[in-house]
Amino acid sequence: MTAQVFTVTSGKGGVGKTTAVANLATALAMDGKRVVCIDGDIGLRNLDVVMGLENRIVYDIVDVIEGRCKLKQAMIRDKHYPEMYLIPAAQTRDKNAVSPSDMVRICNDLKPDADFIIIDSPAGIERGFRNAIAAADRVLVVTNPEVSAVRDADRVVGILEAEEKSNPALIINRLNPALVKNNDMLSAEDVLDLLGIRLIGIVPEDENVIIGSNRGTPIVTDAKSRAGMAFRNIARRLQGDDVPFMDLAPQSGLWNAIQRLAGRK
Amino acid sequence: MDFFTRKRSASSAKERLQLVLVHDRTDLTPGQLESLKDDLLKAISQYIEIDPDAVRIELEKDGRSQRLVADIPLKSSSRHRAG
Repeated sequence: MTAQVFTVTSGKGGVGKTTAVANLATALAMDGKRVVCIDGDIGLRNLDVVMGLENRIVYDIVDVIEGRCKLKQAMIRDKHYPEMYLIPAAQTRDKNAVSPSDMVRICNDLKPDADFIIIDSPAGIERGFRNAIAAADRVLVVTNPEVSAVRDADRVVGILEAEEKSNPALIINRLNPALVKNNDMLSAEDVLDLLGIRLIGIVPEDENVIIGSNRGTPIVTDAKSRAGMAFRNIARRLQGDDVPFMDLAPQSGLWNAIQRLAGRK
Repeated sequence: MDFFTRKRSASSAKERLQLVLVHDRTDLTPGQLESLKDDLLKAISQYIEIDPDAVRIELEKDGRSQRLVADIPLKSSSRHRAG
């Protein structure tokens, strides 16, 4: 058994890459998988805080590459899921401290003892992005239903095609069903039609995602959150399960309340 | 903007993105496309008479590939004159 390597990237910053990595990794760990996350954003370390592991960092990925520690020493074990690890980014180095071949070597060393390796790519299409996609078996492109995010996602998909990292899958994050219904937000169908790639998940906008980040507890652990459910579904699709897409019709407050009272939600 | 007559913003977003993406993907600016169009018309006009105002030359998106689509109506009047 050898791990599959997924890289999460987007082009534009702030669309939810790090949130997606933390949630997908946690959801896979909840399914009993062995997961290693790698923060590929050298100089702008973030995955550690989103996962709530910032106080446990001793060594980082650049320490591994430059031989100051063993790979195992830089792997931080999660607080709740002992089979989930984070390899943090270096905070004080520049991104040239890591090369694409370093990433490939680290992933190859991790593969025998993991089921999934998830790499959090930095925004942009520079060195850090190249590093992040170098070892990827599959690339997940995160976008928001918004013009600048979709345009940058298209650039990234074009580069992936040129690099023969074919068949990327799309995560549409932070979709607001009420705005879509009002025709004031691009629908998932619009985004898919524009980008012309395969869809692997739609995550509705959900304020609980921020609350989860504040606490360092990814939202997938909240059974009631719709965004959490969307991420759990994506994690199952990554494992090869055929999971139907959620119904994202806007929920009216009153109707929702009645259904909750009736015990249907 | 009047609430009842304004076009909903999602349609503008999609239309604008369709145009932008097709130019991003081909590395061809709208200005370059215009001069390509002019050159093409000049070349064709050396052989047949065309109506420059009715010509439509556009980049179109087809999944993840692009095509240059030209619709160039010919002027029929010249043939009538000749006959």
